[in-house]
Amino acid sequence: MKVSIEINGRTVTGEVEDRTLLVHFVRERAGLTATNVGCDTTSCGACTVLLDGESVKSCTVLAAQADGHAVTTLEGLRGEDGGLHPLQRAFREEHGLQCGFCTPGMIMAAVSLLEHNPKPTRHEVRDGLEGNLCRCTGYHNIVNAVMNASGQEVQR
Amino acid sequence: MSIVGTRVVRIEDQQLITQGGTYVEDLRAEALTGAVHAMFVRSPIAHARIVSIDTSAALAAPGVVAVYTAADLDLAPHRAGPVVEPWLAGEVVRYVGEPVALVLTEERYQLADAAELVDIDYDPLDVVASIDSALAGETLLFPDQGTNLLQTTGGEFDGTAFDDCEVVLTRTIVNQRVAPAPLEVRGAACTWGADGRLTLWLSTQNAQIARSTVAKGLGVRSADVRVITPDVGGGFGAKIGADPEPVVLGWAAKRAGRPVRWTETRSENLVAMTHGRAQQNTITIGGRRDGTVLAFRLEVVQDAGAYPRALFLPTLTELMATGVYHFPKVETSSRAVVTNTTPIAAYRGAGRPEATAAIERAMDLFAAEIGMDPAQVRRVNFIRPEEFPYTSPTGASYDTGEYAQALDRVLAAGGYAELRAEQARRRETGDPVALGLGIAAYVEITGGDSGGESGRVLINADGSVTAWTGSSPHGQGLDSTLAMLLSDQLGVPMDKITIRHGDTDEVPRAVGTFGSRSLQLGGSALRQAADQVIEQARALAADRLEASPDDIELADGSFRVRGAPASGSVTWAQVAGQAELTADVWFGEGTPTFPFGAHLAVVEVDTLTGKVVLKRIIACDDAGPVVNPLTFQGQRHGGLGQGVAQALLEVMNYDADGNPTTATLADYSFITAPELPDFELVESETPTTRNLLGVKGIGEAATIGSTPAVHNAVVDALSHLGVRHLDMPATPLRVWQAITDARKAN
Ligand code: FES
Ligand code: FES
Repeated sequence: MKVSIEINGRTVTGEVEDRTLLVHFVRERAGLTATNVGCDTTSCGACTVLLDGESVKSCTVLAAQADGHAVTTLEGLRGEDGGLHPLQRAFREEHGLQCGFCTPGMIMAAVSLLEHNPKPTRHEVRDGLEGNLCRCTGYHNIVNAVMNASGQEVQR
Repeated sequence: MSIVGTRVVRIEDQQLITQGGTYVEDLRAEALTGAVHAMFVRSPIAHARIVSIDTSAALAAPGVVAVYTAADLDLAPHRAGPVVEPWLAGEVVRYVGEPVALVLTEERYQLADAAELVDIDYDPLDVVASIDSALAGETLLFPDQGTNLLQTTGGEFDGTAFDDCEVVLTRTIVNQRVAPAPLEVRGAACTWGADGRLTLWLSTQNAQIARSTVAKGLGVRSADVRVITPDVGGGFGAKIGADPEPVVLGWAAKRAGRPVRWTETRSENLVAMTHGRAQQNTITIGGRRDGTVLAFRLEVVQDAGAYPRALFLPTLTELMATGVYHFPKVETSSRAVVTNTTPIAAYRGAGRPEATAAIERAMDLFAAEIGMDPAQVRRVNFIRPEEFPYTSPTGASYDTGEYAQALDRVLAAGGYAELRAEQARRRETGDPVALGLGIAAYVEITGGDSGGESGRVLINADGSVTAWTGSSPHGQGLDSTLAMLLSDQLGVPMDKITIRHGDTDEVPRAVGTFGSRSLQLGGSALRQAADQVIEQARALAADRLEASPDDIELADGSFRVRGAPASGSVTWAQVAGQAELTADVWFGEGTPTFPFGAHLAVVEVDTLTGKVVLKRIIACDDAGPVVNPLTFQGQRHGGLGQGVAQALLEVMNYDADGNPTTATLADYSFITAPELPDFELVESETPTTRNLLGVKGIGEAATIGSTPAVHNAVVDALSHLGVRHLDMPATPLRVWQAITDARKAN
């Protein structure tokens, strides 16, 4: 079937099998490889993107389901000034990433988290990121990054 | 001011936070145009004879390019310890996940469909799913060996070792099997060039070791293989070198005449990437009621999995058996058995976490038996600062340590006395939520292999610097750390320094990253290379400034005559324009260093449900001088997270038939953000004399200390109920069971 998805402001059209996952459409048709696949059970969150502004695990959405919708991936994330998004800047400042494999999904999940709760407590950040796994950081600095991006104090 | 020791944000991150990394699966290299996709067909049965394999239906499936089995492979066999491990199993399968066939298809989505159609007829054999059944020896994995016991050390014990002791305790402690589970699973891509060379992009911790393994496996010269390491999404020891899969892929690319790409699935990763730990350790500890330990015995049994790929693990555990303590009598032994489970290899700490877990549980058992505070028992037995360098009874040569100080610092930072008071108060009031305090003091060995490391420094004509390291970071931030060191030494700003690694054509000789060796060996190599380059530059600068080289100093990135500021200065660019300034060194034979530390864990255990919540963990990890506190702390955070996860949650389970029951991330208890607290780090820096930087490794340290600290805390929480020990992971069911058993026994 043919689908047409707006990805980071650009419309990408392609012929896909019914079973094609959104994450593969994004990676292979749109050529945007920041979004990663870390599991096959919707457990890790490495594939998190925004679908019409809401975070979803793109390994759990069919490309067909996203037909006619708008997707934002890490590559499309911008701050208000067109530079780094506050979360991108904060992940760097707070050392919220090591190998970087979880990072695109983690940042996209955090964007959605702050959208719904602009001043979360550390506890709320942890709960909000429960669906995103990181094997490297022990999460401490990821929490710091989200606190920093929300203009709150961090714990170094 | 020196940049070294200051908090510097990583240079790696800009790309990672804007475009993501370039992991193997992201590669779009032209050389891979037209690549076929590969998937291994893996055994669904733990132990069976292969009766027949029919590939005809798979070959007829859409997009299938080839299906290969053992019958097609013309590679010399390869060994795992004393036995042969097949590249693809042709006669017998020995674990669930063992590769049996390889399917190549045009499109990725065709892989699983085709793999399903490979028709393999298995005739099941009896299964050896545990250490005990391996030792019983009723079923043998390798009948030619006549036993499942494939390595034995020591075991001739002195019957009188414990004679002088007032108290002697013995207990078997399970160090459960865990999955390394890097977030990026294993992946590779490869192609043969017109020049007859194989280029292999591999998610590995060491391109050079991988090159040797792959070349040997394929029966070609090392020079005929080029391994390139793109960004690597975590390794944790399990991505050291190359597994058998890349060899088969290299062979298949040649046979099919097409480039090949491979990415395993997560479920495949959980059953087919090597696992870690998997030891059963029996400790015997004896001493006096004043807290002095007089004798210690450690008997290690390593479950090596189906193919014993890493028989150094149990002996490394023996080497580190006595931890931070000075014990008069020590005896160790080890045995390694094969079972019908995934092979065991290195995992973050590789042999040392197991040693630490055993001795630190033993110290707590001893403390409980004599009724002494566990902190005090440790103080009585610590190796004292004036004893260094200290050679342990098992032959480890510790460099430097401040063991008591590390413990005192975490206890002070944690408020140990108040926590004990709070614990007593809860017990008095019968609070169902028990408080537990767990201590672990540890020493670990880093750079413990005998190899050194390579480093090359080149000053470019514009005065910028390119450096090649044999180390191979995969998340540690080593690019930044090495650039900081060079910036400091050469006086060149970090943004003019490029660190290159992970391509065997650019760095032909290297060892790579494992065992927390990168900074101490790789960093020292670059220090030495940069020193040589500075010498070369001073000679050139001396000419220009008409002075003696001995009078030339490098300050703030330019060369001047010492004490004569008016005579002018020469920049790096100026000297680099005159001659090639470069040095290529191999640093040392890598004397190991011994980082140490102490952790205090605070847990709450709901005695009604068995649920454990880690409230706090306070960690002192001393790895000598710190180059970048940012990445240093990051390594500690990550280590703490993984160590805590082993104590509380993680285990790879098999049923009695050898079927893995935790083969997806939905079943395998990967720790999540809400399950961890904020980490409390206490600083301490004790340099070593064994390398040019005075540094020790930090990559594995916090994992080693945190597991027994948390484990001890859980047992401590339940001690007033009569619980003395329970095995990891401390899941609610297991904790509840321990409470119930203790209540019954009372
Ligand atoms: S890849 Fe989508 S949740 Fe893991
Ligand atoms: S940074 Fe490696 S998985 Fe999160």
